[in-house]
Amino acid sequence: MKIAYMDDIPAPLLKRLSLQDWLYALLLLVGAVFAFQQYGSFMDGYEVGFLFGAVALFSWLGWQWKPMRPLLLAITLISLFSIYLYNGEQASVNQVFLLKYLISSQSAVMWMNVLFVLAMLTYWLALFSRSIFAGKVASSLVWSAVVMGFVGLMVRWYESYLIAPDVGHIPISNLYEVFILFCLITALAYLYYEGRYATKQLGGFVLLVINAAVGFILWYTFDRQAYEIQPLVPALQSYWMKIHVPANFIGYGTFSLAAMVGAAYLLADRGILASRLPSLEILDDLMYKAISVGFAFFTIATILGAMWAAEAWGGYWSWDPKETWALIVWLNYAAWLHLRLVKGLRGPILAWWALVGLIVTTFAFLGVNMFLSGLHSYGEL
Amino acid sequence: MRFAVSVLVVLGIASIIGTVLKQNEPYTNYIVQFGQFWFEFFEFIGLYDVYHSAWFLVILIFLVLSTSLCIYRNSPIMLRELRAFRENVKEASLRSFSHQHEYHAPYSTEETQSRLAQFLTVHSFRFRTVEQEDGSRLFAAKAGSYQRLGYILTHAAIVMICIGGLIDGNVPLKLQELLGYTKIETRDIAEKAVPPESRLSPSNLSFRANMTLPEGAGANAAFMRVRDGYLVQELPFSIALKTFRIQHYDTGQPKSFESDIMIIDPEVKDPITATIKVNHPLIYKGIAIYQSDFGDGGSRLDFKVWNIFGSHADAIPFDGNIFNKYTVSGGDSPLSVELMDFRLFNILNLSVDGKGKPRNVGPNVTFKVRDAQGQAHEYVNYLNPLLLDGRRYFMSGVRAMQQDTYRYLRIPADEDDNIEGYMNFRAAMFDQSLYPEIVRRVSKVALSGHGDVDADMRSKFEASLMQLLQAFSQGGFGKVAEMIDAAVPEAQRAGAAQAYLKVVTSAAFEAYAISRERAGLPPATMNEALQPFVEDSLHAMSDTFHYGAPLYLQPVGFDHRQSSGLQLTRSPGKTLVYSGSVLLVLGIFSMLYIRERRIWLLVKPDTHRVLFAMTANRKNRDFDIEFSTYREKLARLLENQHL
Repeated sequence: MKIAYMDDIPAPLLKRLSLQDWLYALLLLVGAVFAFQQYGSFMDGYEVGFLFGAVALFSWLGWQWKPMRPLLLAITLISLFSIYLYNGEQASVNQVFLLKYLISSQSAVMWMNVLFVLAMLTYWLALFSRSIFAGKVASSLVWSAVVMGFVGLMVRWYESYLIAPDVGHIPISNLYEVFILFCLITALAYLYYEGRYATKQLGGFVLLVINAAVGFILWYTFDRQAYEIQPLVPALQSYWMKIHVPANFIGYGTFSLAAMVGAAYLLADRGILASRLPSLEILDDLMYKAISVGFAFFTIATILGAMWAAEAWGGYWSWDPKETWALIVWLNYAAWLHLRLVKGLRGPILAWWALVGLIVTTFAFLGVNMFLSGLHSYGEL
Repeated sequence: MRFAVSVLVVLGIASIIGTVLKQNEPYTNYIVQFGQFWFEFFEFIGLYDVYHSAWFLVILIFLVLSTSLCIYRNSPIMLRELRAFRENVKEASLRSFSHQHEYHAPYSTEETQSRLAQFLTVHSFRFRTVEQEDGSRLFAAKAGSYQRLGYILTHAAIVMICIGGLIDGNVPLKLQELLGYTKIETRDIAEKAVPPESRLSPSNLSFRANMTLPEGAGANAAFMRVRDGYLVQELPFSIALKTFRIQHYDTGQPKSFESDIMIIDPEVKDPITATIKVNHPLIYKGIAIYQSDFGDGGSRLDFKVWNIFGSHADAIPFDGNIFNKYTVSGGDSPLSVELMDFRLFNILNLSVDGKGKPRNVGPNVTFKVRDAQGQAHEYVNYLNPLLLDGRRYFMSGVRAMQQDTYRYLRIPADEDDNIEGYMNFRAAMFDQSLYPEIVRRVSKVALSGHGDVDADMRSKFEASLMQLLQAFSQGGFGKVAEMIDAAVPEAQRAGAAQAYLKVVTSAAFEAYAISRERAGLPPATMNEALQPFVEDSLHAMSDTFHYGAPLYLQPVGFDHRQSSGLQLTRSPGKTLVYSGSVLLVLGIFSMLYIRERRIWLLVKPDTHRVLFAMTANRKNRDFDIEFSTYREKLARLLENQHL
């Protein structure tokens, strides 16, 4: 090329990276190498793959979406500080002030719950008062909730090893734990779109579904003592869990997000709150984007689940109720995307459909555990 | 296309039915649930195994056919679109586009064209230029064409996954059944006795079958459950189970299930040994062997058989193996005992509020006792006493029907944590020859404070006490209540019951004292454990009248033999399904995240005008944003100004 006529040629990703980006990636890599040196002998090949795969994945995520970098840093530092305070003793939870009231796994999760409730109230206040400041406060509350929630999970992970080395496992193995994961992933997806579309008006809607989950966590905690760490049943002792479950919850989370945006769309379409909400076009687009991400990850999760089933249950597909309902959820959103992309369908029908989709998804996620029996009985209520 | 969607909807509904109605249950359960008429109707339409019913498979086959047809018809169009630049488009139609703009470029034609070429290249558009008849030049550009591949990939994936699933499902079996080669066996007979038409040869293409091996045993055939019967799947090798292990966490929950197996292959000289566990199957000669469940393999149990109504306190020893039937005497008529199951570990939550931690309460044995009339009760007896409300009991659950929950007989453990204390006590309580002595002792204590009691009153008291003891020995507290109902007017019953209960209890204390004397034990020390022990014993004695059997089989020792449940599968369709899955993911990502866009730039040398038009096969917000970005960029590039 002789002369560059343009001053704004889009540069490739690697050339756009700043020093901070590289430092961030380096930090991740150093952490992974350290973990490998310390604990490599306990990991199998897949787990080593996941460890370094996570470095690549989170580097890329942080490069694509810059707020990921401080988030990860905050989670890491607070979690490490909390682990330092534990000092290898389970009893420290009740002895060390900061642990007892702030950053032990159980307290951190409680703070996450509180912050999510506050965030929802603030978002609604911001929506009704049209206050930009309140909106910013609400966003910070969600960010803090996400930090506390992930700290809670990280510390819980560590705590499980304190109970006994053979009990230790990643905290995504029962309903209590995955509900926390659900809140966090939904909140993160929301925060991403909040930045991407520069709108804080939808927070109140999305936080509704997150707070429904928070309500469940609270009930489950106080009524059922579900926070107690249980050892893994043999069927769950597999590296597959580390990828199958998060992938599934990216699906569940973004489907829920889409449903809430759909609700906002339906209100705005009827003129309710229309002047305060983003335009219908943006709502529609956001809904589509969320469902696309969810669908892609849900597909991957289901395939990973099938591969795991082939190893644990003797067949990649057993028509277990959970599998079957996963298929129904998949077909539901496949039809949604199909009609939108191929037939060009737009408007309130899709919003209604996304909302109904939440019911189907909730049934697949919760209802199957409550009403139907089958192989997926880990999350029984 | 419309057909395929309808087929998918039917498939979805059928799948939902399959999740709501529990599949592959024993047929008797369905009869109980639906009644004979609906049971037969549902059986006819195959609702008990929806996913393997003929119509479900036919729908799947239709789905495969119609999707294949779609691919066949649309792929050439898609591929043509993928390659085409659409350079034949006319100026008039470009002007009718919704996304278009016209510029006035002051540069020379070459300069303009070079700038446009560079613009397209840096934005990753591939293009062709065509000289128009009027001397103007058309740039026809495109990007993201591989979105079209997404269509082909996803549809091919669905076909591949379905075909793979159909191979591994039971289509081959279904065909054999239809053609009459195979017949389902419903009789409960030994594996060797199953006739050839119910046996599948080792060369069977795909199967999923189960075998249960006791420790030390081996087999070369597995069972495949089909509807209300089964088929025998013969294996090209035999499997022997050396040992089965369960490891436990400190809390008692199971940590791992492992089987040490040995494969004896006629084509290989030495047997192959391996350990399989959950999540770690062994694949041998294309057959995957999974750890699927476990159970008892015929453990030997030692029992003490107690006659729970008898007036003597000795027990008869008895031993037997699980899965066997025995005749046990000791009651009025011989009873048949079927030992059904033995479990070494039982994790129960016995805390008062149910909020405590579940823990292992030790072994239990399940068995059936059948009397001469064929009436059977099912029992589950624990070897060790269980801690309930702070006291220890020997527990025995009883139920008449499989679907009932167990009712428990709670026999209190004595001060040495044994059952003997109770059994001695019970023998005394049910021993008529001791009653005069009991009555004498009670009346001596009860009436000792009243020196002026006349002989008439005393004999009256003693007579009614005697009557009370006899009633209790004939039917426990229920019989006593009947006696009260018959003798006492309704208004005074509550008070009388209190008094009678008190008298029975004091009689029981005396009977207990006598039972200790008979057993050569020192008199019981009066402490806070004694009162509950006597009361619990009385309740247990009263409950034995509803126990359903005159015998209590106390398990006292065992020789554990386990069995391991293995699942064997051969699924040649798996590779196809996995490849299909990879295509599916690739296809979905390219359909969702590659956006096909086309740009035309018509450069007119005579007027120095440039017509910019843009389109996408999916118009959405991203496209609008991209269009306005390009429009602005081109304005800067061609007119050096901002719009």
